Amino acid sequence: MTWVTATKRSAQGPPRADGGRRPVDHGAWFLVLPALIPILLLSVGPLLYGILLAFTDAQSGRTRSAQWIGTLNFQDLLHDTLFWESFRIGLVWAVGVTVPQFLLALGLALLLNQDLKLRWLARALAIIPWAMPEVVVGVMWRLVYNPDAGVLNETLRDLGLGDGRDWLSGLGTALPAVIVVGVWAGMPQTTVALLAGLQNTPRELHEAAAMDGAGAWRRFRTVTWPALRPVALAITALNFIWNFNSFALVYVLTSGGPGGRTRLPMLFAYEEAFRYGQFGYAAAMGCVMVALLSVLLALFLVGRLRGGEDT
Amino acid sequence: MRTRTGGTRTSTGGRIGQYAALLAYLVFLAFPFLWLVSIAFKSPRELGSLHPTWFPREPTLDNFRQAFDEQPLLRAAGNSLLAALGAALIAVLIATPLAYVMARHRTRLAKAATGWVVVSQAFPLVLVIIPLFLVLKNLGLINSLPGLVLVYVVWALPFSLWMLVGYVRAVPTELEEAAAVDGAGRLRTLVSVTAPLLAPGIVATALFAFITAWNEFFFALVLLKTPEKQTLPVVLTHFIGAEGVADLGPLAAAAFLATLPSLVVFAVIQRRITGGMLAGAVKS
Repeated sequence: MTWVTATKRSAQGPPRADGGRRPVDHGAWFLVLPALIPILLLSVGPLLYGILLAFTDAQSGRTRSAQWIGTLNFQDLLHDTLFWESFRIGLVWAVGVTVPQFLLALGLALLLNQDLKLRWLARALAIIPWAMPEVVVGVMWRLVYNPDAGVLNETLRDLGLGDGRDWLSGLGTALPAVIVVGVWAGMPQTTVALLAGLQNTPRELHEAAAMDGAGAWRRFRTVTWPALRPVALAITALNFIWNFNSFALVYVLTSGGPGGRTRLPMLFAYEEAFRYGQFGYAAAMGCVMVALLSVLLALFLVGRLRGGEDT
Repeated sequence: MRTRTGGTRTSTGGRIGQYAALLAYLVFLAFPFLWLVSIAFKSPRELGSLHPTWFPREPTLDNFRQAFDEQPLLRAAGNSLLAALGAALIAVLIATPLAYVMARHRTRLAKAATGWVVVSQAFPLVLVIIPLFLVLKNLGLINSLPGLVLVYVVWALPFSLWMLVGYVRAVPTELEEAAAVDGAGRLRTLVSVTAPLLAPGIVATALFAFITAWNEFFFALVLLKTPEKQTLPVVLTHFIGAEGVADLGPLAAAAFLATLPSLVVFAVIQRRITGGMLAGAVKS
């Protein structure tokens, strides 16, 4: 997304003297086709097919071909309280993960942008959550949260804060517990993106502001943040989408339990499609998820961009 | 890239605060992984004891042995390797030319490709997997590694394109133009001037695609039905029983082993990855 804005920006700038605007000649087609064909056949095509499926009663393992049933799936979905509960949990999860993720990553990026010792270690460690398979992240945190062999309860006992609890099975604690894992897992990418944004801020301005006696907070508000904003907006929007659509982490941690308290929309749709075989209905869920998510994101981005013009 | 903040002096108190914060981050980032390693080397008896400790009192490799006995880890790793290698090679092979066109030409096609890269991030996988499942079923590619590779290729394309466009932009057009002036044809220029300069970026992209495919879970879970075909992340979940009860030692041991390849590869390419993503993202 950043990259799109970047392209736009340079498109508005003075035309460059180099060959950046050469028209594509026919020779370019052989460069494009090897990727274009799979994209059309295995991404764009299935996506459109998926949207069509949402208007049918397609089920797995049925011999009769699927019937066109109009908007019946969507009408059913409208009254499906379980789905809307799942959607609500998905929103709580996505916001609950994205916001702390951003704040923690911003803090870490600001620290890593300083001339501190041990910075190399933090950079190296920050990679672990990024490189790890999501399944392993889930497994690992199950071990942390484990009521008997887990380090969390043991630490609480050592500190005299009670006997600890079964975090992932408690009705009240399951969702917060998985949110912490989500924050941990997604911090590195956000940190790296923000760090890059920081290194792009105009150093001269920073120094001039410091000379004028501006404190750290003021320098951040007036110099760092305006430069960082586009990157911050883009990564936050992307994080929100990725988090809302995440699956593996929670599948491994709780499988959506206890009592559906952590059943994210993706888990719900997965079960609907591949446990109960309701392909059409699950596709309708997917469509509703995209549609509502787009509306939310559009509102968020428009709001943010407006806010930027005011200040 | 400059990393130092020069010119702004920080007080000693501020410095201490910064180090304290950095330390807190280090602990938060590292402790779950250290705990995983700790459990992987603990004996069953110790795991059953009430007060777990950070350092195994009697370190043992039993958990690793038991993990290999319980689940077909080697075969699963082989499957993962095949799927990830296949996906990474094909993805880079077909993405590089398109990325070149996207970076060098501002045509409707290049814009559409950019739009697809962005939009493809927004769609929940479930909307993609149901039709893919039906299509692959018709082609007889369900429960097969080639089918999984196909899916991984398409899934790896957006971020591969993203990274590669950044790397292509970093190659000065002047070099290509000079070659063209010297009478080199288009293909010749691409192969002998652009490609060598792009090589490190292409390798980094391929390795990143490799890791993402090695780590992938959702598609593998849906598409691979029989244990002989399943990849490492899917097999790992078999250590966790139906009621969520798991044999912790072998589970930790297997999870630790499954992570090693990703960590090693990632450590190698870290600088290039971050550099590439940012080149694609930030530079205008």
